Amino acid sequence: MHPAPSVIIFTTLSGLGFGLLAFLGLGLPDVSGWVAFVFFAIAFGLAVGGLLASTFHLGHPERAWKAFSQWRTSWLSREGCSAVAALILMGIYAIGVIFLDQRWAVLGWVGAALSLITVFTTSMIYAQLKTIPRWNMNLTPAMFLSFSLAGGALLAGQNTAAIVLLLIAGTVQLAYWKQGDTALADSGTDIGTATGLGSRGKVRAFEPPHTGSNYLLREFVHVVGRKHAAKLRMLALGLGFVLPLLLLLVPVHDVVVKHLLALIAVIAHLIGIATSRWLFFAQAEHVVGLYYGKR
Amino acid sequence: MTQLPQSTDRKMGLVIDLDTCVGCHACVISCKGWNTENYGAPLSDQNPYGADPSGTFLNRVHSYEVQPPEGHAQLIHFPKSCLHCEDAPCVTVCPTGASYKRSEDGIVLVNESDCIGCGLCAWACPYGARELDLAEGVMKKCTLCVDRIYNDNLPEVDRVPSCVRTCPAGARHFGDLGDPDSAVSQLVAERGGMDLMPEMGTKPVNKYLPPRPKDRIEDQIDILAPLLAPVADEPKGFIAWLDKALEKL
Repeated sequence: MHPAPSVIIFTTLSGLGFGLLAFLGLGLPDVSGWVAFVFFAIAFGLAVGGLLASTFHLGHPERAWKAFSQWRTSWLSREGCSAVAALILMGIYAIGVIFLDQRWAVLGWVGAALSLITVFTTSMIYAQLKTIPRWNMNLTPAMFLSFSLAGGALLAGQNTAAIVLLLIAGTVQLAYWKQGDTALADSGTDIGTATGLGSRGKVRAFEPPHTGSNYLLREFVHVVGRKHAAKLRMLALGLGFVLPLLLLLVPVHDVVVKHLLALIAVIAHLIGIATSRWLFFAQAEHVVGLYYGKR
Repeated sequence: MTQLPQSTDRKMGLVIDLDTCVGCHACVISCKGWNTENYGAPLSDQNPYGADPSGTFLNRVHSYEVQPPEGHAQLIHFPKSCLHCEDAPCVTVCPTGASYKRSEDGIVLVNESDCIGCGLCAWACPYGARELDLAEGVMKKCTLCVDRIYNDNLPEVDRVPSCVRTCPAGARHFGDLGDPDSAVSQLVAERGGMDLMPEMGTKPVNKYLPPRPKDRIEDQIDILAPLLAPVADEPKGFIAWLDKALEKL
């Protein structure tokens, strides 16, 4: 799949933002006033910034509001609905925490649940697609949710939770790569089933339909950069999980140093997750590539 | 509405004969010609006369080589367009309701004024049947020439999809695949029509007729070959004298 920057930015940032919102909704950390304002500003900035980035790849962004209508069947529509619901509820909750020194607990819990549901619906947009075996796995929603929770815990300064969740997320990442690498082969779809000619002998793409490129090849048959996949995986794992874990485990008591280390941990995590997300798209093989002999 | 109909009154679709297709691409051109100036936004080209031309097409012809375990390889031309699936994954993923499957004839269409160009339907299609038009920013796909097949302004012979009308080899057939007595259904039954990627669970309406096995060349090239063998081995008369005279020279 073509790794479009808009979708990578969107899934990375809003995953992190909704993860932080989930923790804030649970009252972790239990803050109010200006400190709460800063926490909520970061969370809303990431979540809304990501959602806005996702509209950049649309052919007609001005019609985006129509996407709220088909929640009965469409995961993309469900994502839009739950994102807006989560942001509205958490917005009201934030007003209470920041300005009125009131923590409406139930509202916070519902907001936290909706934030995580939003991340789940995002993951299902990808996981539902049978056409991309590497995404069509239970580990895809597990990966999106564990990343979001780990990043949220990291941003919310919940050190113990962050350590546990980073370990879980890193493990899910490794399992996702392992299962994903054989997903296309395991799916049973190949050029033989694609053309229906497989039972007759070995099928080879002889001539493509045209000499130039087309939308399908540009969108679905991305092969550039795969040669660096192994290195990028190490980078994603190291920056996204290992380095933040080590930084959290460093025994420091000075508040300034502690915050500095946490900042480095968050930035490393963000770069690691963005790298992982780039690989998520760049390595995904759409079965339409089989028709072009490109798999 | 992106909920698929439980069942459709008719299942209009195409039957493509891989045995007959000669790979001339006439269907590709006639499809582009008809559909760029009729239903919906035109099918744009990008940089058509430059070094890297590309454009939107609703129908494309691939060519494959099949090498059986024994014998000669076979070249198969393979036209591919929307299969108007019964369980169309492109429809259910649409967030705006722009994509829909008609309950009366099963045709899968895009309402272009509702399409936001997110591309998710093209991601969901295993066959590469949908292409986002770069000039218009909306999704384009085969309409089964919905503006021809019911068009009373056209002579009856033309009320079939443009690709079917054009095919010089007669490799494309159009009809109701939901009616077991229709000519296309009979053709599918007779020739063992098949689905593409049946494991995807899309239940395509369009069927492909597999190529017939190639003739096998064994001892004899042609039944007429024995008649072509030389008949006169010893010349006689004038020819014999000429033969000898020329040899002595």
